[in-house]
Amino acid sequence: MAELLIKNGSVFDPTRSINGDVMDVAIRDGRIVESAGPNAKVIDASGKTVMSGGVDIHAHVAGPKVNAGRTMRPEDKLFKSQAAAGGYRMEMGFSIPSTFRTGYDYARMGYAFVMEAAMPPLHSPHVHEEIHDTPIVDEAALPVFGNNWFVLEYLKRGEIENAAAYIAWLLKASKGYGIKVVNPGGTEAWGWGLNCLTLDDAVPYFQITPKEIVSGLIETNEALGLPHSVHIHQNDLGNPGNYRTTIDTLRLAEGVTAKNRFGREQVIHSTHLQFHAYGGDGWGNFESKAREVVDYVNGQKNVTFDLGAVTLDETTTMTADGPFEHHLNGLNHLKWTNVDVELETAAGVVPYVYSPSIRVCGIQWAIGLELALLCKDMDRCFISTDHPNAGPFTRYPRIYTWLMSRKFRDETIGSFKYSDKVVAATEIAGLDREISLYEIAQMTRSGPAKALGLKDLYGGLSPGQDGNVVIYDIDPANLPSDPSKLEAAFQRAAWFIKTGEVVVKDGEIMNHGNKRTLWVRANVPENPQVKRDIHDKFIKDYTVGLQNYEVRDYLAPNPYVIEVEMEA
Amino acid sequence: MPIVKLTPIAQPELCLDCYAISPDALAGLTESGIADLEVWEGKVRWRLGDFFEVSGDAGRTPDETHVVVDGDASRMKYIGYKMTGGMITVNGSADMYLGGWMKGGKIHVTGDVDSFCGIQMEGGEIMVDGRAQNHVGCAYRGDWRGMRGGTLRIRGDAGNDIGTFINGGTIIVEGNAFIHVSTHGEGGTVIIKGDVQGRVGGQMVKGDIFVLGAIQHMLPGFKKVDTIEKEVDGQPYRLDHYVGDLGERHPSSRGQQVLGNLYVRAA
Amino acid sequence: MPVTHTQVGCPYCGASCDDLEVVVSDDGKEILEVRNACAIGNEIFHHATKPGRVTRPRLRQEDGTHKEISYDEAVDYAAKVMIEAKKPLIYGFGSTNCEAMAAIGRVAEKGGAVLDNCASICHGPSFLAIFDNGYPSCTLGEVKNRADVVLFWGCNPMHAHPRHASRYSVFPRGFFTRRGHKNRFVICIDPRETDTAKISNLHLMVNQGHDYDLFNAFRTALRGHEIPEEVAGVPREQILEGVDAMKKARFISIFYGMGLCHTDGRNHNVDIAISLTRDLNAITKATIMAMRGHYNIAGPGQVWSWSYGFPYCIDLSKGSVAHMNPGDTSSIDLAMRNDCDAFFNIGTDAGAHFPIEAVKKLRKHPWITIDPNICMASEIADLHIPVAVVGVEEGGVVYRMDNVPIQFKKVIEPPEGVISDEELFNRIYMRMCELTETEPVWIHHPALDVAKAVTEE
Repeated sequence: MAELLIKNGSVFDPTRSINGDVMDVAIRDGRIVESAGPNAKVIDASGKTVMSGGVDIHAHVAGPKVNAGRTMRPEDKLFKSQAAAGGYRMEMGFSIPSTFRTGYDYARMGYAFVMEAAMPPLHSPHVHEEIHDTPIVDEAALPVFGNNWFVLEYLKRGEIENAAAYIAWLLKASKGYGIKVVNPGGTEAWGWGLNCLTLDDAVPYFQITPKEIVSGLIETNEALGLPHSVHIHQNDLGNPGNYRTTIDTLRLAEGVTAKNRFGREQVIHSTHLQFHAYGGDGWGNFESKAREVVDYVNGQKNVTFDLGAVTLDETTTMTADGPFEHHLNGLNHLKWTNVDVELETAAGVVPYVYSPSIRVCGIQWAIGLELALLCKDMDRCFISTDHPNAGPFTRYPRIYTWLMSRKFRDETIGSFKYSDKVVAATEIAGLDREISLYEIAQMTRSGPAKALGLKDLYGGLSPGQDGNVVIYDIDPANLPSDPSKLEAAFQRAAWFIKTGEVVVKDGEIMNHGNKRTLWVRANVPENPQVKRDIHDKFIKDYTVGLQNYEVRDYLAPNPYVIEVEMEA
Repeated sequence: MPIVKLTPIAQPELCLDCYAISPDALAGLTESGIADLEVWEGKVRWRLGDFFEVSGDAGRTPDETHVVVDGDASRMKYIGYKMTGGMITVNGSADMYLGGWMKGGKIHVTGDVDSFCGIQMEGGEIMVDGRAQNHVGCAYRGDWRGMRGGTLRIRGDAGNDIGTFINGGTIIVEGNAFIHVSTHGEGGTVIIKGDVQGRVGGQMVKGDIFVLGAIQHMLPGFKKVDTIEKEVDGQPYRLDHYVGDLGERHPSSRGQQVLGNLYVRAA
Repeated sequence: MPVTHTQVGCPYCGASCDDLEVVVSDDGKEILEVRNACAIGNEIFHHATKPGRVTRPRLRQEDGTHKEISYDEAVDYAAKVMIEAKKPLIYGFGSTNCEAMAAIGRVAEKGGAVLDNCASICHGPSFLAIFDNGYPSCTLGEVKNRADVVLFWGCNPMHAHPRHASRYSVFPRGFFTRRGHKNRFVICIDPRETDTAKISNLHLMVNQGHDYDLFNAFRTALRGHEIPEEVAGVPREQILEGVDAMKKARFISIFYGMGLCHTDGRNHNVDIAISLTRDLNAITKATIMAMRGHYNIAGPGQVWSWSYGFPYCIDLSKGSVAHMNPGDTSSIDLAMRNDCDAFFNIGTDAGAHFPIEAVKKLRKHPWITIDPNICMASEIADLHIPVAVVGVEEGGVVYRMDNVPIQFKKVIEPPEGVISDEELFNRIYMRMCELTETEPVWIHHPALDVAKAVTEE
């Protein structure tokens, strides 16, 4: 493979505390190296910003509910698709883009990795089929465990070893990456049309509480030593006053230390925190509690979070939090899709318009940004929109720009129909902080890579890491005063080199690169009881045969398998 | 107003997608520029001039442009696509999507139109002297924002799905209609002067429907509340007033439930 | 010793049973026995190894007869038809795997074709209803484990999906339904006294074509309003009995079929059924599911939704963006309106299923049938290309009626030299690239995939 030398760029690499220093980056055989030989192809990056490839810790980009959203929304394609680039696949859809558009748009923004945030295990062959058809960007998927009958039964009985053995088996069977928890217990309750809104609401029949599920899964995760921590979507998402449940859930991690060989420090990753930082006791006095939540997180080293920032678009909400989507449909009366998945989980999908003319939407927008602006450790705060829930991932550049420009935030507040009410219910208008390029690199590169246990591959530009380098046409010494120019530069990278190949030049796709699927093989001691339990449940309760459930290797070509060993 | 006359000189083998036949696409162009505009037959791109003789230059703006299609356009789709102003006259029939996504201006078709006439129309006027196929003034698939404004008049009969998801504007069918009028309607007015077989106002949240003929099968979700005198399209009528669809959700306004209104000519 | 394959998937109906046992002869060439399958599924396996299979492409000659040609010649012919047609129509996919459905996408995009599947003449109205109203559904295991009220509306699984009632919906003993059918109250709504009606606790004999009115009555009654003495031929007492059963239920499953999709109103009948399902969720738990016909007819809806955002009726002729609007871009409408000029019939029999007028109009243009079997569509075709039988001679991912992916197995080799749908489509695509002197677009090159699969373990 050819050698590349990226010369004279302003490099931002938080893993080595490099903050805009003008230097060269060399790539050989798909990896970053110390220096390049005389025959290296040279790319001049002078006056431009150089970072490693972006890492998205949480997005819904592949699988049954994403596709249910695509199917149910032809209007998301009408006049909103992007004309195909000559020689490449068509790029359809806006809030829930086709797999092809998903891969191309991540590449155009300079992203090297995205985590599919919720894989229903029964549907894992589907998730991998879509990952297979998503070009360029590396992907992994988190199976959901917070409402899984095996897990509920083992944890109810305090059988951490059995839970670990089952989870290890399921990660292998589904080619999954780690432990995702969505509305623990609440989604199983939704099987009967019910929910668990607090940490102490017992799950019908199983008689276990969300608190016990979360604590048990944290313990199991650390017993297995997985690269990523428990990744949680908490109970009571999207409701006024939910910040208390949010903080109570995070408290379950107090005193627990991460155990793994990947350099990960957190034991809980709290996802799309914007949806969980709400005050008030109804929509009438709905307000931001971002400060309360971030103050707690600032003091807890073993917690990371991503924003779930609202982008003020017409989008499509989708989550394994089935009861929430039903509730949301009752508020906006648009179409509603739901899929309950036997023994495992559920999912709901509802279109949503975050309108600047609606007070609540303005407050939600403010909360998403406040979480970042109030945070003191940017290596633990990551940028996301919970794509497509709070907005499509293609709006990340706009979020960077809101964070980097107080002027842009003020313009947006000024455009709201109820700006006074939004300002009164939040503290966004009083926050002067402007996030730096270095901090953007922390929030989108070094931070999420470390939290996922992937810092050896992604997140920085040290020799040995993957040769993922993005060059943005942004001169750090002379940032554009027009926010839209900054956004445009992030939207379409000048260059993006993915594992040593130029995949984007001047914002256009050049190559399909060398896309990989990452998954985790956790090796645990032989466990006959769990083996028997799996066999029995497939005979009695599932409607699919065990042999046809495990994802076959050909569905995940070019795999990158991370091995972990659990000690007996 | 400058007139651009398009006289058909050849008929396509397949249907022709004529996004170019609208005042918006023609405005500012001369005869030869108009003849060079693109039309599609499947994946093949042709010039507008391959199918029409073009005479006359367009006005400077859409509002100042009148397009006359002088002959049969029954295999020409998308006439008046997204137009914002000016006029189109079709001396003959037109194919699907006549006046689709239209925002302003006027279209007059002397013959018939195929389906999806006035799909997601937001403003302007459409008048069809003949009959219309299905989906008059309907929403695009999946969109809850159907017709939002303007006036759409069919002087003959129309098929099914009239004003599906209508949010505003007025549809008038002077002849008979088949089934499904204002299904999922949430505003706007639909007037059927002839008879309708059934399914009038199903899943309707709000809006007004007038049927001046008879409804063969009334939906059980509509309840008669009154008989009133009312003027409809300039003529006075005695009408039975029904409210519904009682099976559907309804919003409240100032403590009052807002229902859909269905007025049927009283016996 | 004969080999017994277990947990084999059945390539017949949308129930996609994957608990079959297939006994194959020593030499791996003959299927000796099929266990657990219904009569039809059984026949599909045995049919594959019966004499008379076509094993080479056949091209129609000037005298009207078919002549055997090589796969290379057939690929070349198909590629040229695809390139030369102004708007080729590709239709079918009732009986193939998702790998083939993904592969045809490349061909269709390159050829500026319209891509459609059997839903177009079957559950297409369900898609229209889903577009407008969503789809509150569940997997079949949820029905088995939880449902205590099951409603069959306009469908007759006892005939069309022979093992549906025993595997999923009526008889099985699930986790919360340990007493099987004794835990379930079954309602059937159908103008006919079907065999499904006969196993039901309540049968409402709706007047044909008036399902929408009856749904409207259910919804109106559910909201506490009065309804007329009789709606759509059903007396008020019976409607209220049904409403009452649903109100008392813990978990309701509504299954529906062609009785809704192909009577007047079509998509609206499904649409209001979805509205009823949503209403019921305010009171208890309710789900709805389309009784999809073929074992993988849910597949193209999935594969093409992630590829193009649309499940069917996808017009790719513009090359830049796809357009979908059934009524315009649907197979029958394109045929009847003379709006396509080449026809690819794949894994189905449009010759038997389409209206005769549509067949006559399509037959004026090149017609290529790709199917393992002899059928009407193969016999009237200009070119018939035989392929391996998916589920028997070729594995792959299929989507059951509840959109659950099931990885089907192959149990025997196809006849010597016969290739899979996927390989055929990839070869047509490569030939189109050669003929147009363009670079093929692969994310994972098929040849490389194989190499990687070998090196992984």
